[in-house]
Amino acid sequence: MQKRTTLEPFVWLLFSAGGVLAALVLPAFVFLFGLAFPLGWLSAPSHEHLLAVLRHPVTRVGLFLVCTLALIHAAHRLRYTLYDGLQIKHLYEVVNPICYGAAVVGSAAAAYLLFVAL
Amino acid sequence: MNPPPTSYTEFHPRWYRSPVSAYWWLRSGTYLAFILREISSVFVAWAVVYLLLLVRAVSRGSGGYRDFLDLSANPGILFLNLVTLFFLAFHAVTWFNLAPQAMVVHAGGKRVPGVWIAASNYTMWAVATVVVVWIILG
Repeated sequence: MQKRTTLEPFVWLLFSAGGVLAALVLPAFVFLFGLAFPLGWLSAPSHEHLLAVLRHPVTRVGLFLVCTLALIHAAHRLRYTLYDGLQIKHLYEVVNPICYGAAVVGSAAAAYLLFVAL
Repeated sequence: MNPPPTSYTEFHPRWYRSPVSAYWWLRSGTYLAFILREISSVFVAWAVVYLLLLVRAVSRGSGGYRDFLDLSANPGILFLNLVTLFFLAFHAVTWFNLAPQAMVVHAGGKRVPGVWIAASNYTMWAVATVVVVWIILG
């Protein structure tokens, strides 16, 4: 029997890693910068402090992993949601490039912002 | 010995598939919870975009950072982030509750009970949250 090689198991692995990272890190971030600071529950940190934190090599690498894996997670999950929810599995040639393409573009943006612009 | 050559035809029997409404996920609470869990992916993506907007703002100096804080106080963005936080929490809870089914851990020849695995995941979530808050607040 010919063995079919596919990227699918690898993508599921990245999906899981992204799911874990998104669950662990993103709620705290959105709570602080999305609600607590703008609503005045807590005072926002100074620019100098954030710049120092973001420029730390561990933060750069950590945030890059969070961004990339969480985007792959979202793309993979949204792809199957569109398949099942809207019953458009036959449109996979359109859905796949849009979902994964957006994740790749986002990851490239994350790499540029974290390693070049900062 | 080589296997005999196989020939394939284009024909396959027509499948019987009963048509399912595009709104199948509204039919029961379980389906709705499933589709809400899947839709959390959109909000995970937005949270990443928002994080990258912050990184970009900080890289542009204190003026850029102030603009980001102004943007975060915009009522539309505030509402979006409120909804995002709800979906992120929903994602985290469903993810950690599923973890015992995805991870079978054995210790001392016995299977570790699922409750322990879920509990360790929730502990990790709490620790990660404290670390993130501590780093950001300094």
